[in-house]
Amino acid sequence: MATDTRTKRLLNWVDFRFPLTEVFERHLSKYPAPTNLNIWYLFGFLLIVVLAMQIVTGLWLMMNYTNSAEEAFSSVEYIMRDVEYGWLIRYMHAAGASAFFALIYLHMFRGMMYGSYQKPRELIWLGGWFTYLILMAEGFTGYVLPWGQMSFWAAQVIISLFSSIPVVGEDLATWIRGDYLVSGITLSRLFAFHVVLLPILLIAIVFFHILALHEIGSNNPDGIDVKKHLDEDGVPLDTKPFFPYDISHDIFALGVFLIIFCSVVFFFPTGGGYIIEYVNYEPANPLSTPAHIVPSWYYTPFYAMLRAVDFPLFGLTAKFLGFATMMAAVAIFAVLPWLDRSPVKSIKYKGILSKTFLGIFVVSFFALCYLGMVPPTETKALLSKIFTIGYFSYFLLMPIYTRIEKCKPVPERVAQV
Amino acid sequence: MQPNSPPNPIRRQLLTSVTSLLGFVGVIFAAIPFLSAFKPSARAEAAGAPIKVNIGKLSQGELMTVEWRGMPVFVYKVSNEAQNVLSLDKTKLADPNSAQEQQPQYAKNDTRSRKEGIAVLKGVCTHLGCAPKFYPEATSQDFDPNWQGGFFCPCHGSKFDLAGRVYANVPAPTNLEVPPHYFESDSMLVIGSDGAS
Repeated sequence: MATDTRTKRLLNWVDFRFPLTEVFERHLSKYPAPTNLNIWYLFGFLLIVVLAMQIVTGLWLMMNYTNSAEEAFSSVEYIMRDVEYGWLIRYMHAAGASAFFALIYLHMFRGMMYGSYQKPRELIWLGGWFTYLILMAEGFTGYVLPWGQMSFWAAQVIISLFSSIPVVGEDLATWIRGDYLVSGITLSRLFAFHVVLLPILLIAIVFFHILALHEIGSNNPDGIDVKKHLDEDGVPLDTKPFFPYDISHDIFALGVFLIIFCSVVFFFPTGGGYIIEYVNYEPANPLSTPAHIVPSWYYTPFYAMLRAVDFPLFGLTAKFLGFATMMAAVAIFAVLPWLDRSPVKSIKYKGILSKTFLGIFVVSFFALCYLGMVPPTETKALLSKIFTIGYFSYFLLMPIYTRIEKCKPVPERVAQV
Repeated sequence: MQPNSPPNPIRRQLLTSVTSLLGFVGVIFAAIPFLSAFKPSARAEAAGAPIKVNIGKLSQGELMTVEWRGMPVFVYKVSNEAQNVLSLDKTKLADPNSAQEQQPQYAKNDTRSRKEGIAVLKGVCTHLGCAPKFYPEATSQDFDPNWQGGFFCPCHGSKFDLAGRVYANVPAPTNLEVPPHYFESDSMLVIGSDGAS
């Protein structure tokens, strides 16, 4: 008992100077989570775990990695062969990148399904969208660092995309590269972004994202506003505290995730060429492009769109239009909260049109993901065009179909579902 | 003691605006060194200095890849058969007469070369910068059953003829670039400079 009071006195001492207990209870132990949360609400937690893992493994990799064109490739070989458990740390980091994207796509889809972007959660959604942008930049810059053939030519192609911008393009691309062609200069600046700038931004935005979430409270699969019915302490009736109820789900999910993740890391570390591409085991050669280059699977939907636009329009080159389409496909997520005019949040209560268009979006996304991986043929180019239209129709027609469709009434309380 | 409202609100607003504006200008000036540091460094610029290539041993129909400014430059000695193909089929090309400024004036001709028979081309696809592959023979290829010989980019399927002229309806918008070059002697090619003439 004596230790109890001693701990309590120490806690009181801290709480008097810093809101420790208050912050802990508000953001963790007593955070009210709606009672009807389902499996789709696990990915946010898993993303935080993966972020932490990427930071730790990245830090360790950095201790042995050399960011120069001459030594980058061999320093990665050194990590793989000579550093104790270097192979494990690198495989975790590489598979972690793929896991990060898989989870963020599921997490985003959850938001789209249950209307989590709607008022008053627009800023939460925008914060998440910005996280996704930074993650894409982080994925690209990290991919370049091993300085293999794919690293080099991915950097060359991606940075060349900027040269398609009319007038300033060429100078802009040279400015980004710091050279006339991708070189060691480009490598070191991408390294600096990958290990300093982007992680700082990522952590800051994730912090913002969670703070904004905890201000408004979580949405739920039925889109019911749980804050309408409070108990005598002002806590929403249809919620339960994060500890121990929600954390126990999350920990279980983490176990399942780690089983899958470790299976990949230990048994399929290159993921059949989808996590680490085989061509990247050849050192970068600026004089010869590999026969078949494809981006990582998490970028292929956008890559397919880039290739789908192969015609000039309004005096703009096909090259620029493809780039613009690709950028628009990523940017359009940001305006989703203002495109949705539906009176209800969740897809459960939206009409048949919303369900159809969400279905079209999902099919288009997966189809483009596939089409971006395979060599182009005429049929596949046509399919890419059709699915690009499918992808954008979900967003651009949303103001219309969410207004004209008939929605089901949303129950007042979770118990009435 | 604080007054409830500023005695002269317009004056205060003007001062606030001027201070903000000056601060903004200061930020712009402070950004200059940081943005400039991104430009190619003096060393990268120096790497763009002209290089000399001995082409004396280059046989007919042979292609040589040299590095200039870190990028591949193709030096190709055109064979007699290829010479004929070059003058034949122009209908499939997007810019057969090299109207776009992708070459120095002296290479703005039918073979896009300064010296008849020697093609000097930047091996950088004008689409997204991959290095096109050399397929000199006029035989059927996976990517084109009626291939006339030329360069094919593996990244996005752009096609160029042996003089680096782009085919119509491929992703690459323009012909392969001809870098500035001159011939110091019959066997000595200089890439990166137009020469004194």
